Parts: sequence; structure tokens; C-alpha cells
Amino acid sequence: MMRRFLRFPSIVLALLLGCLSLPAQAHKPSDSYLKLSVAEQTIAGQWDIALRDLDYAIGLDRNGDGRLTWDEIRSHHQDIAGYALQRLTLATGAGACAVTAGEQLIAQHTDGAYSVLRFQAHCPDPVDMLEIGYRLFADLDAQHKGLVQIQHGDNTSTAIFSPEQAQQSIALRNPGKLSQFGAYVLHGIWHIWIGFDHILFLLSLLLPAVLVAATGHPSESLKASFFDVLKVVTAFTLAHSITLTLASLSPLSLPSRTIESLIAASVVLAALNNIVPLFRGRRPSVAFVFGLIHGFGFASVLADLGLPRDALAISLFGFNLGVEIGQLAIVAVFLPLAFLLRRSWFYGQLLTKGSALIMLLASVWLVERAFDIRLMPV
Amino acid sequence: MTHSIILSPSVRLWLLLPLLLLAPAAQATPYLPTSGDQVIEVLPGGGGARQLERLRTALRAQPQDLALATSLARRYIALARSDTDPRYLGYAQAALQPWWALAAPPLEVRMLRATLLQSTHHFDAALKDLDAIIAIAPQHAQAWLTRATVLTVRGEYAKASASCARLSSLASELISITCIANIGSLSGRAAHSEQLLEKTLQRSASVTTPELQVWVLTLLAEMATRRGAASVAEERFQAALALDPNDSYLLGAYADLLLDQERPLEVVKLVKEHARIDALLLRQALALQQIPGSGVTLAALTKELSDRFNAALQRGDTVHQREQARFELQLHNAPKAALALAQKNWAVQKEAADVRIYLEAALKAKGDAGPVLNWIKTSGLEDVAVNKLVQQLKAGA
Repeated sequence: MMRRFLRFPSIVLALLLGCLSLPAQAHKPSDSYLKLSVAEQTIAGQWDIALRDLDYAIGLDRNGDGRLTWDEIRSHHQDIAGYALQRLTLATGAGACAVTAGEQLIAQHTDGAYSVLRFQAHCPDPVDMLEIGYRLFADLDAQHKGLVQIQHGDNTSTAIFSPEQAQQSIALRNPGKLSQFGAYVLHGIWHIWIGFDHILFLLSLLLPAVLVAATGHPSESLKASFFDVLKVVTAFTLAHSITLTLASLSPLSLPSRTIESLIAASVVLAALNNIVPLFRGRRPSVAFVFGLIHGFGFASVLADLGLPRDALAISLFGFNLGVEIGQLAIVAVFLPLAFLLRRSWFYGQLLTKGSALIMLLASVWLVERAFDIRLMPV
Repeated sequence: MTHSIILSPSVRLWLLLPLLLLAPAAQATPYLPTSGDQVIEVLPGGGGARQLERLRTALRAQPQDLALATSLARRYIALARSDTDPRYLGYAQAALQPWWALAAPPLEVRMLRATLLQSTHHFDAALKDLDAIIAIAPQHAQAWLTRATVLTVRGEYAKASASCARLSSLASELISITCIANIGSLSGRAAHSEQLLEKTLQRSASVTTPELQVWVLTLLAEMATRRGAASVAEERFQAALALDPNDSYLLGAYADLLLDQERPLEVVKLVKEHARIDALLLRQALALQQIPGSGVTLAALTKELSDRFNAALQRGDTVHQREQARFELQLHNAPKAALALAQKNWAVQKEAADVRIYLEAALKAKGDAGPVLNWIKTSGLEDVAVNKLVQQLKAGA
């Protein structure tokens, strides 16, 4: 294809293109760029504000020649800081943060030179919810926007302020509802996994499930055993969910030493029942009653983790769900194995001697917890 | 004696170029100027804004003064147009602050609000205000004309024509014919509309204003471009430029014709003083793309444009989606991104240029052009560049 420009001598081309190097500043609507780095109670701020906008607001061009020199700008630094910082409020739930202006520099953005105002803010308490009030140029330029970037640890959040949206609260510890939920599910699973007392209580109650209650002979159908397990597990779940929720949502709490001792006692009793039948067909009721106590135990774990105020219900539900998942995993492994082995010599030994072992262990816990002493290493 | 390498002035310029162009690219890194005399910023010149200082001071004393506020807003809007500087739109809106959020502000304010809303592509809100104005004041020529313009941009030709029809008894013949001919030229009556408008312009040459003439000549040039009569189009663009060498829409449209004809040097000459305007900087970069050996300069301009589009994106602006789609397609070679932008843009406006960028992006991205192809059929758009793209799309399908 014939290209016409090839007829131009290259020097013309060079000169023509050379002219392009003139400062190419964009025409764009007015924005300021506000960066806030939050660490505990202090906020380090850097606020880039267009010199053109500042000139329009407070007049920087003293000699009126349309050219702003560094001297002209420098002589207005106090006015700039005063004007801008009066139009920005930072606050936490506990009240306003005190702002102190720092040095001012210059930065180049697409539409020209900006004054870079640095400042420090001290807040009355560690910032987890930052309330920002932004009114810069609201009375002069209705299309002005404040583009705010907040850095907090590894997280960066952004917000756009405009005269219509001048007041916004930004949550800094906000990993998102879904991931928060997921985290609490994992906490729940983990807690049942490392909570030997809960597992031993449940297993002790489940060991007789593959036997016929009245006779103590191996059960004939998996279905009967399954329903027995279902009843016990459901009762336990229902009970501990009730107390977990109650204890987490209300100030209701029992001394943790009492709770932990009662939990140990519940394991002793559940294991004893396998040697000397105490409850017989009432194991679901027993699971329910002691489940109430185990629920308080879960609640104290959750209290240590801390429930986020803005996602209380969802975290509580997540934790509970996690506990159920952990529990069901144990049951899913236990039931088929127990059913297969129910006629074996081993199962009989497990039921009696195993339960005795559990009783012994739980008794040690009981003494340790009740009298706050250490009997076992670890 | 030291040996120095002697460079010709042009070579020196070439060597300097990257440095000069990279200066604004090293953006937003704060620095401390070294000397007090250093000029840090040049304020918008021409005194246009400065003349308004007195009015602004007066309004500050009496912000509720309707006449003062509307007069200042009108002048800021004019300044925004003549300088293609959107900051003045914000100033205009601020002058109207006491009435801005009212459901039914005074008529003058409502008209200005509609004007400001349409200039930020809030077409729905603008039309709502315009409909309200003509319901109260059916003789409001400006409202009918602005309504017709907004509807034309949105491709709602039947409603737009109805608006133009109302103008015939309210405005000059040239204005109402321009209104109707522009729509006709886009909706299946191209040849007739162009002839009608050309004749009407000749007839009214003595009574018209330069602004109106520039508008009509630009539209006529675009009509000639669409039927492939490049030399006629160029004559008209030149005639319009003689009346107003700084009309940014006109410069953009003319630059596009030159780009299509692969005359990049003329494009650069035409727009190089207007690098502040994103749309014209884009044309400059597209021209450089056609000039061998302009790699460094082109890279710098591409970076600059990219920064500008990012800045607009950060503030949530969508006014430049058409330009941004062209940028992604031709300078970033990212057809998928371009098509996504062209689709978003298509939801807002449906001018011939919007059709074209959509088809170009769809062609390169091998994406779906169905909605636009259907629209071309139903609207009756006649445009040689568009026809060519339709053929290519059909051949590829």
C-alpha cells in the first residue's frame, strides 16, 4: 500500500514529532487522591490536591501571571493545609481523630501538578471502623471527587467521595462475610478434632449403639443401629447448639472451671454406663442433658476467638456447623466399623475395658479440673 | 581538543524525546522542587475563567440570586465547551447548588441541569428534565433541540424526529433542517438529507452565526464521509476549521477521516496542540502508529493515555468508553477488552462511530456483533466503513 508520508523528508518528521513533547496535561474533572495508612490508633495521610483547584479555591497566584512558582505555592502552605484539613474529618466510634499537618511536596498527575499534603492523625482508639467526612471543594465544584485509598496491614480498601456522598464509614477488618463464615466453620471442626473430651463422651455413648439395649446382644440390623446413633447425636447436637447460642449472644456464662469439670464428669458417666448399665434406653436423654454442658464449653472457646460484631450470627452459625461437621465425620467412621466388629471379641473388650480406660482418663481430668491441679504430663 | 559527537538538530530532538515524554509518566511520586523560581503549574490561560471571577464573587455574596447563578452557570458551560475542559461543568453545577437537587427547579435551572446531565452522559435524567420543560413550556426551542440531540445520540430516531418537527415553528429554518437532516442521514435517507441540508446552508449563509455554520459543516462533512466522498468531506471540514480551528469534536472527526486515508502527518499537525483532550491525544497516538520509527514516542503517548483512562476509571467516569474501546483495540491490541467496552458504550449511545468501534472490536475478538448488525438493518444506517466491516463479519462467520 502506498503511504503518502514517505514522501516527507525525515527531518520534517522529526521536527513535527518533536513538538509533541510539550507537556500534555489532560483536561479532566477534578479529583483529589487521599491515601491513609492505618496502624492501631494512628493514621498517616498523604493527600494530593490539584494546584489548579487550590488556586480556584483560595488563590495561589499572587502576581496573577497564571504561572505558579514554587515560592508562590510554598508561601501558601499553611493556607492550603488549613483549608484542606478543615474539610476532612476522620473519626472512630470513640470520637474524632486529631489531625496534624506535615510537610508538603509536589506530585505530577495526568492533569497537572498537585500539592502533596502529608499529615498525621491520632484517634481515640484503635481504628477498625473509620468514619470519613469529605467536603473538599464541595461548594465550588459539584463534580469534584475524593478518591480515597486506605491501607491497613495487608488490606487496601478504596472509596469514592463526592458532594452527594460526603460521609462514609469504612470497616477495616473486613475479610468479607463469606470468608469469615468459612473461617468459623474451620474453627468449629478444629475444636471438635482437638477436643478429646467431646469425642470420648460421644464415642462412649455410641459404643452400645450396635447392641440391642434390652439384651446387650449384637444388633441384627444396621438400620436399628443407625437410628440409635441418630437419636443420640441429634440430642447432643440440639442441646449444645442451644447453650452455645445462648452463651454467645447473652451475657449468660458459667465459671469455665465448673463447666470443664462437669464435662469431664459427663465422660466418666458415659463410659461407666458401658460397664454398669445406668441409662439403658435413655441414652438420647443423657446426651441431651450433658450436651447442654458441652455447649457451654464450646461457647468459651468461641469467646476466646472473639465474635466479630458485624457478623455475629453468621460466625456463630459457622462455628456450630463446623462442630457438627467434625462430629459427623467421627460418626461416619465409627458406625460402619462398629457395626462390622460388633460380634467380635475385640468389640466386647473395647466396650468394657476401653470404657474403663476412658473412665480412668476422664476421672483424672475431673480431679485436675475440679481442683485445678496437674496429674498428667502435657 | 576533545572529540564531541556532533548531532544534527533533528537527531538531538529524537534523543531528547523519550526524556521529555517520560517526565509526566513518572507520575505521582512526590518531590521537593529545588528552586523557588521554578514554575510548577501553568493555570488555564486565556483569562476565560478569570473574567468570571467577578461574577463568582458576586454570587458568593448572594448564592440565592437566580439570575446571577444561571448566568454564571451558562458562562461556565460555554467555557467547558470552548476549552473542552470538564472542570467548568463542575463549577457550573456548583453555581446551581441551591436548586440542583429540587424535583422541579425553576425552568432556567432545569434547562441547565439537563445540559449538564447530558454532557456527563446521564441521558435518562437529562431527558426527564427536558420532558418536564416542554410539558410546562412547549415553546422552549432549546429544550426541543437538546431533546432531539440526546435522542439522536441514543438512536431513538422516531422520537428525535418528532422533537425536530416541533422546532420548525420555533427556530430558524437552518436549525430545524439540520436537526431533521442529521437524523435522516442516519436512518435510510442519507442522500436526500445531505442535499437538503447543503441547500439550506447555502440559502441561509448570510443570516447564520459562525457557531451554527461550524455545526452544520461538521455534520455535512460526516455525511460525505459516510457515503465515501472523502474529498467533499475534507472541503467541508476545512471550511469549518477556518471558522473555528479549536472545535474539538470537529478536529476529532477530521482526524478520523485523515487516519482512514493513512495521512498520519496531517493528523499530528491537526491535533498536536490539543494533547490535553483525551480524544485528540488518542488520534495523535493512532497517527503515530501509522508512522514507522515512532515507537518511543508512541509508547509514551500510549502510557499517557492509559494513565488518563485509569484516572477516569478510578473516579467512576464512563464518558470515554468509545475512545477507550478504540484505545484497547488499536493501541493495546486487546480486542476482548475493546469489545467489552464497546458493548458497555453501546448500551449508552448509538452513533455511527459507536457502531464502527463495536464491529471492529467484534471482528478482531471474534465476538458477537448480532445486536449491532440487527440495529444497522432496522435503522437503515448507510456508511461505507460500516458496510465494509459488515461484509468482513459475514465473510468470517
